[in-house]
Amino acid sequence: MFMAAPFLIDGAPYESTMGLVQKIFYFHVPSAMTMFMSAIVCGVSSAIYLFKGRASADRLAVAAAELTSVFGVIVLVTGPLWARKAWGVWWVWDERITSTFVLWLIFNAYLLLRKYGGPGSEKLAAGLAVFGMANVPFVYWSVNVWRTLHPKTTVVPTLQAGMRGPFWFCVLAFLLFYVLALSARARLESRRAELEALYLAIEE
Amino acid sequence: MKRHWPVRMFTALIVAVTIALSSAVFAAQPPTAAAQEGFVPVSRTAQQETIPAARLVMIAYGFAWVMLIGYLWSIWTRIGKVERDLHDVSRRINAGGR
Amino acid sequence: MRFVRTAWLVVRKDLVIEARSREIVYTTLFFAVACVLVFAFGFVNEGRPVTDAAPGILWIAIAFSGTLALGRAFERERQSETLRALMMAPVDRPALYVGKLAGILLLLAVVEAIVVPLVALLFHAALFDRPWLLLALLAAGTTGFAAVGTLFAAMLVRARSRDVLLPVLLYPITIPVIIAGVRGTAALLQADVDVPMARAWLSMLVLFDVVFVTLALWTFEPLMTE
Repeated sequence: MFMAAPFLIDGAPYESTMGLVQKIFYFHVPSAMTMFMSAIVCGVSSAIYLFKGRASADRLAVAAAELTSVFGVIVLVTGPLWARKAWGVWWVWDERITSTFVLWLIFNAYLLLRKYGGPGSEKLAAGLAVFGMANVPFVYWSVNVWRTLHPKTTVVPTLQAGMRGPFWFCVLAFLLFYVLALSARARLESRRAELEALYLAIEE
Repeated sequence: MKRHWPVRMFTALIVAVTIALSSAVFAAQPPTAAAQEGFVPVSRTAQQETIPAARLVMIAYGFAWVMLIGYLWSIWTRIGKVERDLHDVSRRINAGGR
Repeated sequence: MRFVRTAWLVVRKDLVIEARSREIVYTTLFFAVACVLVFAFGFVNEGRPVTDAAPGILWIAIAFSGTLALGRAFERERQSETLRALMMAPVDRPALYVGKLAGILLLLAVVEAIVVPLVALLFHAALFDRPWLLLALLAAGTTGFAAVGTLFAAMLVRARSRDVLLPVLLYPITIPVIIAGVRGTAALLQADVDVPMARAWLSMLVLFDVVFVTLALWTFEPLMTE
């Protein structure tokens, strides 16, 4: 089961120069990065499941989809909280925000499909996930193509020295958390599969 | 299950550190709060602008923590249930002697 | 060439069936017109239509009626179990996909031929100032939408709650296509027509088309087989 948590608890983020509310950045951006990565993991493992038929890939895909949704919620809630202070409004229909929201919807649709699609829905959901993954580059570059309110991706490589430390620390922390949660969730799926197999064995 | 107590310790550790982190965030606030107090009678707009900042940050971080830990907890409870069912079913199989 | 021939046979089959009953064409057309009318009545400002709403309404009507048409087309396949028969035939599976896609595109072309002038009329939108660019935008956008829609509708034929699930799955994926279509059309409708902007959106739509059709061709076979 869970080993001693590799999730390093991040120390309080250091003072930034742009005001207190900018500190949300330290959770908001790593969450977004994790969400995109999770979408890609889901898409890739779905593709593997579709073409190679490996059930373990399908289990990984489900886990990744759930995590995409969870991190998506974090991004979509911390974003407006930051925006309220920085831009004065809760929500703006700019490209990055809208497309992230759409990505989140796609992976929620994946989870809905698996739950309510009936037998055989694993493959269908896998197909959806492949398209969802194709969406990720679109989200990522949308903020560079259109000049919008949302900060561009060039912000990260040019962070000030004081912010870089805590930022990458948070990224690492989120990454470790993600790996932990992913493996736990995938394990849940495989235990469920064992249970199903046992139920089937009983019915003979 | 014999494995419960390390998980409980883990949960307690998470909770303790969350509290520690929240207090650290709290600690970062007094400078801004002190600045606010002095300005209250002079400009109310400054107060309206600065107060939500701290609250928003706290809400944001608190929410993120709740989500992450909540999700881990949901995995944990679901695994617990599946493990119990597995245990029951395998017991039934063994008892049935098939 | 077998690929093209197979696709053509599928299209011909759909056209022949449709020509006999014309059910899908009429219902989809009616639905699209009703959709536009509902929006026209909804978006009225002091008795005059809101011109800015025209691109959005146009593309929403296309999306909604497209979803309806997809659902109906594949429901028909399901009822006669023809999809299974098709899958059992010794032909290229992607050719089947292309055939169905072409059928849907033809249907939507008919719908758009009616809806576009209707929107231009009701919303006083100068849609026909740049007809070729508009045509290109419509073609590219509809292809992108239909490419994903055909794949999803086909794969959902065997699923439960398929009528509800098709929009649930389809709309999030095609929202970028719709957005690009709306923005491109809006660029055409501005007072001083913004041609480079419209071209930019058009190229984005074409990119979507390429990506989606490629992905669909690639995943059609594994998705349709048990």
